[in-house]
Amino acid sequence: MTTLDSRDNRPLWQRYVHGHHWRTQAEEFDGAKLGFWLFLTTEVLLFGGIFCAYAIFRSLYPGAWKEGSSLLDWKIGGINTAVLLISSYTMAVSIYYIQVGKISRARLNLMFTILCGALFVTLKLLLEYTPKWTGWFFFMDPALGHHSIDAAAGNGLFGLFRHVEGYGGKRPGSLYEYGFGHDPHMPLWWSVYYVGTSIHALHVIIGMILIFRVWLKAGKGVYGPNYYTGVEIAGLYWHLVDLIWIFLFPLLYLIH
Amino acid sequence: MSSGHHSHGSYLESKGGFFANVLDWATTVDHKKIGVMYLFAILFMFFLGGVAALAVRIELLEPVRVKTTFTATGTEPVTQLLRADVAADIKNKDGTPAKDTLLTAGTRVQTHPAAKTVLGNELTSGTQVDVLDDAGKTVVQTATLKGSVSVTDPKTGAATASKITGQFFGSPDATAIAAGNNTYNRLFTLHGAIMVFMVIVPSVPASLGNFFLPLMLGAKDVAFPRLNLLSWYIYVTGSIFAVSSIVLGGVDTGWTFYTPYSTSTDADSIRVVFMILGAFILGFSSILTGLNFIVTVHKLRAPGMGWFDMPLFVWAVYSSGIIQVLATPVIGITLLLLVFERITHIGIFDPALGGDPVLYQHFFWFYSHPVVYVMILPGMGIITELIAVHSHKRIFGYRAIAFASLGIAGVSFIVWGHHMFTSMSEVASTIFSALTFLVAIPTAVKVFNWVGTLYKGSITINTPMLYALIFLFTFSIGGLTGLPLGTLSTDMHLHDTYFVVAHFHYVMMGGTIMAFIGGIHHWWPKMFGKMYNEKAAMLGAILVFIGFNVTFFTQFFLGVRGMPRRYASYVDEFQTLHIISTIGSFILLAGFLVHLSVFVASLVAGRKAPANPWGGLTFEWLADSPPEEHNFAHEPLCTHGPYDYDTTVPPHWDPKDYPIPAENLAAAGSH
Repeated sequence: MTTLDSRDNRPLWQRYVHGHHWRTQAEEFDGAKLGFWLFLTTEVLLFGGIFCAYAIFRSLYPGAWKEGSSLLDWKIGGINTAVLLISSYTMAVSIYYIQVGKISRARLNLMFTILCGALFVTLKLLLEYTPKWTGWFFFMDPALGHHSIDAAAGNGLFGLFRHVEGYGGKRPGSLYEYGFGHDPHMPLWWSVYYVGTSIHALHVIIGMILIFRVWLKAGKGVYGPNYYTGVEIAGLYWHLVDLIWIFLFPLLYLIH
Repeated sequence: MSSGHHSHGSYLESKGGFFANVLDWATTVDHKKIGVMYLFAILFMFFLGGVAALAVRIELLEPVRVKTTFTATGTEPVTQLLRADVAADIKNKDGTPAKDTLLTAGTRVQTHPAAKTVLGNELTSGTQVDVLDDAGKTVVQTATLKGSVSVTDPKTGAATASKITGQFFGSPDATAIAAGNNTYNRLFTLHGAIMVFMVIVPSVPASLGNFFLPLMLGAKDVAFPRLNLLSWYIYVTGSIFAVSSIVLGGVDTGWTFYTPYSTSTDADSIRVVFMILGAFILGFSSILTGLNFIVTVHKLRAPGMGWFDMPLFVWAVYSSGIIQVLATPVIGITLLLLVFERITHIGIFDPALGGDPVLYQHFFWFYSHPVVYVMILPGMGIITELIAVHSHKRIFGYRAIAFASLGIAGVSFIVWGHHMFTSMSEVASTIFSALTFLVAIPTAVKVFNWVGTLYKGSITINTPMLYALIFLFTFSIGGLTGLPLGTLSTDMHLHDTYFVVAHFHYVMMGGTIMAFIGGIHHWWPKMFGKMYNEKAAMLGAILVFIGFNVTFFTQFFLGVRGMPRRYASYVDEFQTLHIISTIGSFILLAGFLVHLSVFVASLVAGRKAPANPWGGLTFEWLADSPPEEHNFAHEPLCTHGPYDYDTTVPPHWDPKDYPIPAENLAAAGSH
């Protein structure tokens, strides 16, 4: 809560007044962090369900899991891992800059974090989901080199996409056919893959929205050395999203 | 510490015109108003769930039968071979009744005194049965199946009349028996889903907990007031989702949404998805409430209030908050996977697609068992307050009760498998059975301590105390009947029978709902500033007690004798007990109507409540009735324990009316 006294020219963060039901601002900050850590616990348990399903079906159908992970490109997963790790660094740094009062540097790092998130989601959609669902590859996709392009299908969307014959259709669900895979339990692999990665990607997008809000508010001078709860919390969320990917990546892409 | 001289108005004070007040309540971040809004929302859902329960009980008054009338062509009496759920009126040619009998499947009957046998094979749906006369000729031919019976006269070929009896939610047309049963399935699913997700889980924490947790801690509000309001809106949204699935035609999966029911029934409809999403959304509301309370307890206790100076209601709500935060996300992902499964036909739980329905059961009960303690722990907290305040005695074994709450919360996470004894390996079942008995220890500690508190207490018999005593009675029965269900050998017999139904109603309704109503009476003067009619309320409590036991105690007998749960019909032997149970449910209704009228009368014309009508020592009795907007005129200081009745004059009471023996004070001083 901020006082809006027009005669007061100090930045908003210096004028911050904590909620009336808290005794001190420090207690309010601690309370907010405790509450958010509890929320993060619920997130871990939410993904815990997916990891549990992964473990059970992996032990039931090891063949499908082996075949499934061999159809994922660890290079794309690896790049995305690097992108998220870098974004975690810039997020942490931006909290530091807020704490020492270098607001514009903090905002720069926040924006960089958002862009990393956007890059992560773009790579996932463009290089992973789209080819698997449709058989259309982005023209710069290095994976194109391993496939024969279906010339008859032409170039899709202003020449940005190429179609690979026999590829695509690796969507979850009995409604779809499976272009690849011989193991009858491949649908389960793809179910776990899509549910896990899409819920994670949704979290990345929510994190980007949170950080964007922080970026806007930081521009108005809401955050500073005296008050940075929102930045801290957005950072905690972002690190969790990163952490979950750190588990998803080896389980899906690296282990055979 | 009088809070009489201040200028702040009560939280219920009008903010102007009607719309100003509506806007004020709709945007309030005051925990008291949110608690009251929760209270009314929950009571409304309780009404809806109760109507569904009464409908279920009415359906069960009579077994569903298909009655067939036909005329035999011979002069001799004939008998028809029929299934257990088919009754026959068999008449001779001249119209006199030949035999009106009910036969179980596979029974051999004679069509003629001289006849040897009928082809009395066990009948399955659609089986054709030939009834032969002594000459071996077909007398009648019947097609018997669960859904409908058609009987044709072999000579004339004319169909004879068949009629359904005992079905209240269907047409008498014999071919429509399945439609009526379908309605029944939807009604009990509705009852279960509403009562679990929209009533019992949020009942005590979200309404009374919201109102009194900050007051008892001496705080001005919960830690995150806006999150609190958000959780109420999420609750309403989830409820709208769930109720809209009913408007669209209802859901027949049962409240547990077991696969493959939940992935295959009503495949053409969005209803099941709506109900599941409703439960998913309600989970968010529950998480936010639990999270808010945990932080409030950690950070907003009054100066001087240590962990062991907190009222035990706070301990109970705190423990259930831990479960809400740790268990609800698991049901969240489970229901989400179920929605994915229904919409995109992925096969995580569907065995036809390689999925594992038992995995669903594990996921479901990993949440739903701990959440049983979210339902009961706050109720236990209320009972602790009621017993201590209304017997004006220091609680017996404060720390034991506090740690028992945490103990129950801890154990609750490792016993989920006892819902699935029939779908697990023997080793796993044995381990879960053994772990299940651990729950009995902290629970029994609590019951023992409540009785210990009553012992030599100065007991006032009023409605809250009456409900506390009712709780002790019904909850003990509920707890003790849990033991044969946790024991593997007896559970094999009792699994999925009315014994289970009776057991969880004794715990959930006889426990949580009784505590909830008792708590509402106890804190009613504080919440609304009005007293209620004690005698009328006690009459209501007695009616509820009688109605509850008549309804559910009979169901123990039904279950032991083999009546399965969730069936619309049954064999005739069960009818008497079912009639008694249904009568009991209407006595319950009468009791609740008495309570409703008492509450309405209190709001309209109740005597103004004093700040501390019962002589409680916890901080909520220090505040005004109803409390002012920021709860207390001055921040309260914790100077005595919550149950130090032997050494402390209750706030707002005259020391002359509460003489404390000198030796008590001396003993307290020597500590």
